[in-house]
Amino acid sequence: MITYALTMIAIGVFAGLAGAVLGLGGGIILTPILTLLMGVDIKYAIGASIIAVIATSSGATIAYLQNQILNLRVAMFLEIATTLGALSGALLTGVLDPKYLYILFGLLLLFSAYNMIRKLRRNEGVLNRAHPDALASKFKLNSTYFDKAAMKQIDYQVENIPGGFAMMYGAGIASGLLGIGSGAFKVTAMDTIMKMPLKPSTSTSNLMMGVTAAASATVYFFNGSIKPQIAVPLALGILVGATLGSRLMQHLSARFIRLIFIPVLAYIGLEMFVKGIRL
Amino acid sequence: MKQSPKNVSEEMADVEVMIGKILRIGVIISASIMIVGIVLLILTGKSGYPGDTYPTNFSQIGQGLIQFKPFAIMMLGIFCLILTPVLRVVVSIYSFYKEHDRMYVIITTAVLIILAVCLIVGIRA
Repeated sequence: MITYALTMIAIGVFAGLAGAVLGLGGGIILTPILTLLMGVDIKYAIGASIIAVIATSSGATIAYLQNQILNLRVAMFLEIATTLGALSGALLTGVLDPKYLYILFGLLLLFSAYNMIRKLRRNEGVLNRAHPDALASKFKLNSTYFDKAAMKQIDYQVENIPGGFAMMYGAGIASGLLGIGSGAFKVTAMDTIMKMPLKPSTSTSNLMMGVTAAASATVYFFNGSIKPQIAVPLALGILVGATLGSRLMQHLSARFIRLIFIPVLAYIGLEMFVKGIRL
Repeated sequence: MKQSPKNVSEEMADVEVMIGKILRIGVIISASIMIVGIVLLILTGKSGYPGDTYPTNFSQIGQGLIQFKPFAIMMLGIFCLILTPVLRVVVSIYSFYKEHDRMYVIITTAVLIILAVCLIVGIRA
């Protein structure tokens, strides 16, 4: 019992650390570890993953909020799209064929991995235009953060709000319909589409993930998919890992985070694509 | 010198620090409950429930809590953790209100309402 609990805590620390740095829920890493390595039934692995998303989100954002990297207005503004998407996803179950969704979203992630590689090569700076985007100004989405790796205050603007909003709606549908955490889509929407710097993008993604996951988590809780002996040690490990990860992330360069993010994004995209083809 | 109104980023800094504190208390409470449950489980070696079962509704959890059953305490901890993001949305509404940011009070309230609808749809499904 104690060995099992300690193993789960260790897995949690790792998942929380990675999730907090990259702005991902960690479900994509956790589900295979739990099912393949720990022999957990897929039903309980999914239940544990959803708790993991919340633990990552809450663990990461208690550190972020203090350090003011995340953008709360962007989070709440885009959360409307994500929650509406999740709602549509739940209602569309059985109407849309998951096969094509997996293929579509897989390709979308592969495409954004490609975009991120281009961005890495061009060494793109922070968006700071003479005439800020009208919608971004109207909704007060432009903001500022202190980058501890670069040791300077970075003011940034965002653009293409409708594009980001649409992508978030898609992310919501994906999580509602396919039951996947959608951190990868959220970071892509903010970083690639709205041109928000990477660090505010990953930390804002972390905050949003928890809010979206809370709605589905209660369903899993009451239908018995959440086993306490799995979820509790995992969540405790993740809380520690995510708190450490969010502190660590501030001292990493955005370039370095992007370098780890790209292969993870490509992996998730490829996995979804292959899953869609096989269905 | 004329007193200039606080700029958006300074206002946000105040809001975020306040939310951070409340959220941190919420996380600490849920983590503490989970720790008590798991320590009790390891020490006694008993979950308090036969075989592979565990409580999944409020009345079962409530009864288990009175008898100090480890699994009931652990499930309560998980449920508190699930509530922390919802708590964050609620507190955000209040803090936008304190800032007189009507637009974001509406936006954040909308998020809360959609969340509630998701929940109802999810439970029915």
